[in-house]
Amino acid sequence: MARIELEAVSKRYGDFHAVRNFSLTIEQGELVVLLGPSGCGKTTTLRMIAGFVPVTSGRIRLGGRDVTGLPPHRRNTGLVFQGYALFPHLTAAENIAFGLEMRGLPEAVVREKVASALRLVRLDDLGDRLPRQLSGGQQQRVALARALVIEPDALLLDEPLSNLDAKLREEVRVEIRQLQRALGLTTVMVTHDQDEALAMADRLVVMSAGAIQQIGTQRELYEHPSNRFVAGFVGRTNFLSGQLVEPGVFRSDGGLTLRYDGRSAASSGGAAAARSSGARRALALRPERLVLGGSADRAPANRVAGTVEFASYLGATIEYYVRLSSGETLRVHAPNTGAAGDRAWALGEAVHVSWPAEVGLVLEDEHHPEEDQR
Amino acid sequence: MTAGRLALRVAAGLALGFILLPLVLVSWLSFFRDDVVVFPPSGYTVRWFRAILDQRNFVDGFVTSLEVGAFAMLAGLALGVPASLCLARYRFRGREGLGLLLLTPLVVPGVVAGTAIYVFQVETEILTRLPLVASLPGLVLAHVVITIPWTVRLVTASLMGFDRTVEEAAQNLGAGPWTTFRRVTLPLIRPGVVAAALFGFVISFGNLEMTLFLIGPGRTTLPIAILQYLEWRIDPVIAAVSLLQILVIGAAMVATDRYVKLARVL
Repeated sequence: MARIELEAVSKRYGDFHAVRNFSLTIEQGELVVLLGPSGCGKTTTLRMIAGFVPVTSGRIRLGGRDVTGLPPHRRNTGLVFQGYALFPHLTAAENIAFGLEMRGLPEAVVREKVASALRLVRLDDLGDRLPRQLSGGQQQRVALARALVIEPDALLLDEPLSNLDAKLREEVRVEIRQLQRALGLTTVMVTHDQDEALAMADRLVVMSAGAIQQIGTQRELYEHPSNRFVAGFVGRTNFLSGQLVEPGVFRSDGGLTLRYDGRSAASSGGAAAARSSGARRALALRPERLVLGGSADRAPANRVAGTVEFASYLGATIEYYVRLSSGETLRVHAPNTGAAGDRAWALGEAVHVSWPAEVGLVLEDEHHPEEDQR
Repeated sequence: MTAGRLALRVAAGLALGFILLPLVLVSWLSFFRDDVVVFPPSGYTVRWFRAILDQRNFVDGFVTSLEVGAFAMLAGLALGVPASLCLARYRFRGREGLGLLLLTPLVVPGVVAGTAIYVFQVETEILTRLPLVASLPGLVLAHVVITIPWTVRLVTASLMGFDRTVEEAAQNLGAGPWTTFRRVTLPLIRPGVVAAALFGFVISFGNLEMTLFLIGPGRTTLPIAILQYLEWRIDPVIAAVSLLQILVIGAAMVATDRYVKLARVL
């Protein structure tokens, strides 16, 4: 295992930039998730690390070794494919043994390593089965064992959970994460599923249109998204379009005057935005940070009247769509605590949505077409 | 049963009978006791099968046909499998044209192909002094031409829907291109390759028209031996030889079918 370094890696197909100027260093033992909508270049990036897609420019190093020009079979990466790509004519044990045989290890060593790899993924008794005789989850574990057993410099996971049902997915992602930690594997995982990404990553790379939008931990991306795309892609967000009146004051297109924390660096767009008031901006509001209340509540920084237009009972939260007096709509997630003070709001009921100033983030109001695809 | 289903069954039965009738008749004839074919036979015998062995032509022809068939089959695979891989996997200019070209031996009449190849071999021999004309290698080469369409069609079909990520998996695990082909690709397209081998052999084994032009003096294949025998006599020996030929090919198909399900490939 080793660190993975990508240095200004680009991939162009004719005029189409699949990946632009991608630079990232993944430390030894770190799990980095590439997150983005389909077509954002995340899979292309992974395949460039594995060697299946030649780079147009840039360098790739695994453990300090420049592998940019090497074919896949000489890179020593362990790739778990989205559909697992198990060899259908070989048993689970033979699948796992394949990479070891390619490395010319003596038969006894191969047998021993295969046995311990099967044990590692808890398939001790199923080594003799063919892939089609295994369940989806078991096939997934064989694929993982096959990639791990060769002790790769980099473990690469291409949407490893997308073919599993929801329940299994959560189990397997914990399992993969524990294995990855225990073995200290430098890992790159690709996914379009933000829950999966948030649950598994040490760091995330949000991509769109072939370019890195932001690199950071879950908390950094969620609390300090660098642009509207990231704010919209990581977690749920309400966007109100409008412009700045002065630092700390935002006027929405519907005519609402709203306060946000203009000094806070949290509004990363805010600092720049403040310099050019009048330009198009979006105010981002996380739905779980908005509070629904009657008219008699104490006065927070922002309080807007509206009516409940739609409600979904989601279990842990109740989601309300509130049509504001200005005509704009906000999604509000009310916690379902079960406490006596909780009240459910009926459709058509008049409510007030309120939030403190520091909830609002002002971002550049560039609209990414990919947001609509989600 | 509705009238429609009944009609369908009758039609299917008739078609099947139409196909099987000659086979049944030949099989039946081969056991007639009389020297000339008469209906109804005066009795039955198996002596015609023994009589085959007295005809050197049949024995030699059978051996030659086996040899030519085996070589043509192997050469057909050696050319057809790589060709199929290219056709199925790469997008290049003239790909469709090449695909059609490789199937054309199916539509060119054997007599035309035989003449053309004969002339070609004569010219080549004059130019290069390679002893092609009327030689066994020359005959095998010609037979390769007619086995190729089958090889290409069957192998290409088995490559359709082939999940290439398993090849990537092999490479990712350290297998170079050749190892990947040998350990992963070939085992997975084996049914198509085996079927291609069988059909290549059968097509070569039964070929008459083209072979007539290319066979050397003093050499004969089984179909030619049958034809020559028929020029002089019509007796149940012919039927017995034909029955044996049908049985050899049928056995090959049954054996192959145990190994790969032909119905799935064809």
